[in-house]
Amino acid sequence: MALAKLKSDATQARLAGLTLPEGLDVARKDALSRVAAMGLPHKRDEYWKYTDPISLTQADPIAAAVFHSDDSPLFAGVDSVKIVFVDGVFDADGSDDLSCAGVEIDRLVDVAAADIHWATDLYGTLEARGQVPVARPLAALNTAFATDGVVIRATGKAAKPISLVYLHADEASDVMLHCVVRVEAGAEVTLLETGPAAARFNSVLEVDVAEGGAFHHVRAQGRDHERRAVTHCFARIASNGLFKSFTLTANGTMTRNECILELLGDDVVAHVAGACVGDGDDFHHDDTIFITHDGLRGESRQVFKKVLRNGAVGVFQGKILVKAGAQKTDGYQISQSLLLDGDSQFLAKPELEIYADDVICSHGSTSGAIDEDALFYMQSRGVGRKAATDLLTLAFLAEALEEIDNPALVDDLRDRLDSWLARRS
Amino acid sequence: MLEIKGLEVKLQEEDKQILKGVNLSIGAGEVHAIMGPNGSGKSTTSYVLSGKDGYEVTAGSVTLDGVDVLEMEPEERAAAGLFLAFQYPVEIPGVGNMTFLRTAVNAQRKARGEDEMSAGEFLKVVREKAKALKIDAEMLKRPVNVGFSGGEKKRNEILQMAMLEPKMCILDETDSGLDVDAMKLVAEGVNALRSEGRSFLVITHYQRLLDHIKPDVVHIMANGRIVKSGGPELALEVENNGYADILAEVA
Repeated sequence: MALAKLKSDATQARLAGLTLPEGLDVARKDALSRVAAMGLPHKRDEYWKYTDPISLTQADPIAAAVFHSDDSPLFAGVDSVKIVFVDGVFDADGSDDLSCAGVEIDRLVDVAAADIHWATDLYGTLEARGQVPVARPLAALNTAFATDGVVIRATGKAAKPISLVYLHADEASDVMLHCVVRVEAGAEVTLLETGPAAARFNSVLEVDVAEGGAFHHVRAQGRDHERRAVTHCFARIASNGLFKSFTLTANGTMTRNECILELLGDDVVAHVAGACVGDGDDFHHDDTIFITHDGLRGESRQVFKKVLRNGAVGVFQGKILVKAGAQKTDGYQISQSLLLDGDSQFLAKPELEIYADDVICSHGSTSGAIDEDALFYMQSRGVGRKAATDLLTLAFLAEALEEIDNPALVDDLRDRLDSWLARRS
Repeated sequence: MLEIKGLEVKLQEEDKQILKGVNLSIGAGEVHAIMGPNGSGKSTTSYVLSGKDGYEVTAGSVTLDGVDVLEMEPEERAAAGLFLAFQYPVEIPGVGNMTFLRTAVNAQRKARGEDEMSAGEFLKVVREKAKALKIDAEMLKRPVNVGFSGGEKKRNEILQMAMLEPKMCILDETDSGLDVDAMKLVAEGVNALRSEGRSFLVITHYQRLLDHIKPDVVHIMANGRIVKSGGPELALEVENNGYADILAEVA
C-alpha cells in the first residue's frame, strides 16, 4: 500500500477515539489540521526508520505494568514547588501550592478556561514552528488533545525549581500533557520532571526564553520497564539567553525524546544532553535533536551517552542547521554508546547543514566496549571486575551529567545510576 | 615470598612461546632485579604474575607465601599482596584519582576481611604520602593518569603502591621515560617502602635505576629464561659490556 494511504488510515484510526478538550480552540484546531495534513509517523518516514512508531501511534496503548520501588523519589531532597500528575490527572493533595516568588504557575486547564491568559498566544506556537523542515506529527497531536499540563512564566529569578512529578498507577493509561514556559528578559527558572507518567505518554514542552533569560531543565523518565513515551521539547531562545536540558532514561520499552531548539538571538547558549541505560531487547531509546542557529555567536552542545546491554537498542539523530548569517556559530555534537555485550545496538545519524562561512561545528559518534586495559589496571589494584566495570560505566556517562549546572541534582542522578548498575550482575 | 618454578607461557592468540621455564625465588624483604634485552620476556613475566588476559600458562607454578596465584583473578592477587607498577600506566577518563585510590584500598581491605578506611582517615594518609612524592591536590583530583606527564604517571604508581601496602611489588620499567630527577624521586618513594616484610622485583633495561634502588640479586633474562643470576655487580657488567658477553657465556 502507498505510504500516504497507510498513514492516512492510521491517522484516522487514532483520531477516531479522541475528542478535542475544551478551550484553546484556535490552537487545538490548527494543530488538528496539521496532524491531518502530515499524518501520524510511520517507520518508512526518514526520521522514524530506526524507531518504529507503531506503539506510539496506534489507537490503544499497550498495557504497562506499574513499577513499585521502595526507593525515595528522585530529587526528594530538593526544595521545589511540587506538582503531581497521576496518569495525567492533577493530584491536588500531592501537590504544593502553585505559588513561588519570581514565577507565575497555572495549570493548562485553567488557561483553557480563562478569557485572557498570557499562555494562550504561546500554546502550540513553538510546536508549529518546529514542524519545519521535519514533521513532528505526534507533537501536533499533543497540542490538539493534551488534557492538562502546567504553564510557567518566570518574571525574575525563581525562588525554587518547579518539579513536575508524573506518577503511573493505571496499567492502561494513555496520557498527553502539554507545558508552556515563558522566561521573561533576565529571568531564570529550573524545571524538573520525573516519572513515567503513564503506560503511554506523549508530552510537549514549549519554552520561550526572552533576552538574557535562563532556562534549566532536568528530567528523569521513570523506571517502569514497560512504559512507552514520546516527548517533545520546542524552545526559542532570544539574545544572551541560556537553555540547558538534561534527560536521564533508565528502563522503559520505548522512549523517543525530541528536542527542537531555535537560537534566534545573538550570543545564545543552548545545551542539550542525555544519559540512558538500557538492559534487554525490549529497551529502545531514541534521541532526536534539531538545533537551528539563526543568530550571531551562538553556542550549542549536544552530549548524548547510552549504556546498552542484553540486546538494548539506542538511536541518536542529531542535526545542527546553521542559517546564512549565523556567523561565529560554535556547534558541538557528540553521541556515544557503551555496548556492554555483542547483542546491543547503537544507531546514530549525525547531520550538519551549514550556510554560514565562519563557523565551528564539530560532531562525533562512537560505539565501544569497556576498555579492557583500564579494566585490568583497576583489577590489578584490587577492584573487582564488576565494580571496575561499573566505575568505568559511570565515568562514561559523566560527560553528559556534567552538563547539569546544579551539583545536588547531579549527585541524585549519579546515585540513581549507581544503584541501577549495582542491581545488575 | 614469591616462588616461580618452571614457568612456561605462550601468547593465547598466536601460539607463541614467550617464557620457556622461568625459575625465580624472592625471599621476604629482598630486592631482585631482572635485566635483559628487548623481547626477552621481562614484561610478560610481570603481566603473567599480575593476571593479565591473553597469556596461557602451559607449565610451572607461581606461589606467593605458598599460595598458588595463577588460579586467582587479578583483584584477588592484589588483595593477596601483589602489586604491579605498570610500564605504561593506563589513563582512565572520568574516574577521579582519589576516588580510584579509595575504591582500591577499601576493596582490598574488604577482600581481606578488614574494616574499610573512613573518608577522613583516608584523606589524611593519602595527603601525607602524596606530599612525599610531590603529588599535589590538583593531581589527586584529576582523572586517573589523564594528562599526567611521564614522571607524574610513575609517581602516581608509587603513590598507589604506598597506599595499598603490598608485600610483593613488581616494578615494570619504572625508569622508562623519566629524567634523572624524576627517577630519583620515584626511587626514594620505593626505598621508603622497603621493609623486612616487603619484597621487590625491579624490571629494568638500565643499571642506573639500580644505583638508586639497590638490589640484593640481579638476574639476566634472555629468550624466555633467566640465564644468569648474581649480585649488583652483574648489573654493572651489563652497563659496561652490554648483554652480548653474558649471552655468549651462557650459550
